Amino acid sequence: MRALPVGDNALLVEVSSGEEAQALHAELLRRRAEGALSVREIVPAARTVLLDGLDDPARLASELTASEVPPAPPRARTAIEIPVRYDGPDLADVAALWGVDEREAVRIHADTEFTVAFCGFAPGFGYLTGLPPRYDVPRRATPRTAVPAGSVALAGPYTGVYPRSSPGGWQLIGRTDVVLWDHARVPAALLSPGTRVRFVPVGRS
Amino acid sequence: MTDSALFVVRAGALTTVQDRGRPGHAHLGVPHSGALDGPAAALANRLVGNPPGAAVLETTINGCAVRPRSTVAVAVTGAPCAVRVDGRPVAWGAPVTVPAGAVLEVGTVIRGVRSYLAVRGGIAVEPVLGSRSTDLLSGLGPPPLANGQVLPLGDPQGHYARVDVAPQPAPPEELVLRVTPGPRDDWFTPEAVRTFTSRAYRVSPSSNRIGLRTEGPALERARPGELPSEGMVLGAVQVPPDGRPVVFLADHPTTGGYPVIAVVHPADLPATAQAAPGTPVRFVTVRRR
Repeated sequence: MRALPVGDNALLVEVSSGEEAQALHAELLRRRAEGALSVREIVPAARTVLLDGLDDPARLASELTASEVPPAPPRARTAIEIPVRYDGPDLADVAALWGVDEREAVRIHADTEFTVAFCGFAPGFGYLTGLPPRYDVPRRATPRTAVPAGSVALAGPYTGVYPRSSPGGWQLIGRTDVVLWDHARVPAALLSPGTRVRFVPVGRS
Repeated sequence: MTDSALFVVRAGALTTVQDRGRPGHAHLGVPHSGALDGPAAALANRLVGNPPGAAVLETTINGCAVRPRSTVAVAVTGAPCAVRVDGRPVAWGAPVTVPAGAVLEVGTVIRGVRSYLAVRGGIAVEPVLGSRSTDLLSGLGPPPLANGQVLPLGDPQGHYARVDVAPQPAPPEELVLRVTPGPRDDWFTPEAVRTFTSRAYRVSPSSNRIGLRTEGPALERARPGELPSEGMVLGAVQVPPDGRPVVFLADHPTTGGYPVIAVVHPADLPATAQAAPGTPVRFVTVRRR
């Protein structure tokens, strides 16, 4: 674990895997809930957790690097189910990259339990992990100027669902009608770091 | 809420509602947002007796014009500009009374970029996640002002400050930004790190509320490849593949994949809001406190 200072009031804690980042994030949330950590933002990402709004980043850095991070606690909540029509324009390409037919690609994706590793890109956009590394896929060579809201998409090790229409370079494998982000709802975001997710195939309508 | 409101006569190039933003949601991908020149927005509020977090209007270059339904106190701060009520010049940087139905004109900036218009009671659009700020990256909050729109005003709160004029920093002739190195300065060659803090840059015209883009010598990377996405702070100086540093401002994305060579001191960020395209920029290293 490395703790890199970011300006005068933030710390970027770097670990060696996504799993460690998720465990560290869970531990930091636990410390904050206990009142042992005063911080404005805790932002997990691929291999890091950013802590912003700290009074004494140097002290926390030495505390963290001197301590063991316990593995992420087992999550009590059941997975959120997201119904998906697996009819995305890149499903055939993804299946080809995986060396299977489209039906098998859908089965592989829908049989996986995902975890929201972190959020970013847009409010409500989660980077979901769970697929084995052999199913990593590249981004599209040319990004689309408009990806429809609700698109279920793959890039690198991640699955994501576009909360609203936006440009994007991910491989589109399906669509959902689930609303990922609604600021009038509490909570506004359906997916937050640590949330477990399953994609449930529904008929092509 | 009272029935007081502002009718937007002329929206201007880009006028947005801003307050102190929506911190605490970065882990959901929600940018901080809020007034770029925070001290100017706070001063405008103070001049009309609003709490510092009341929502104001942030204009860009060419101001805006509004017509209040009822008589209101207003103040314009930030980038200096002509202020008129029904065509008659009134004070900039001081409280002004606008009679019901009169047109308040915030003119084109004389220098700087963004003027702030506070109205007693504050702009009372519906808050989103605790803030009324327009976030141009994610689309949260009210859309930028449009001609013919009506903006509700809130109830006046607090004591009316008896301040006639207040000193304000002039928009910068040269932007000198103090930076602390890292967290990813090791992604750049020693030569690039020297270049960054010794050569002059200029504010690029493609700067916006998301980032202050610069023109100048490209910074060469010491290592190829991509950085996995990581959390970004306000004031982070990110270096995209073209090698020109970008200073992340209020509407910056919460995570990013380009290395951050340094972070700008928070006290130096308000001046970036007023640095017009072409303004020279220097990055000066300071020791971490």
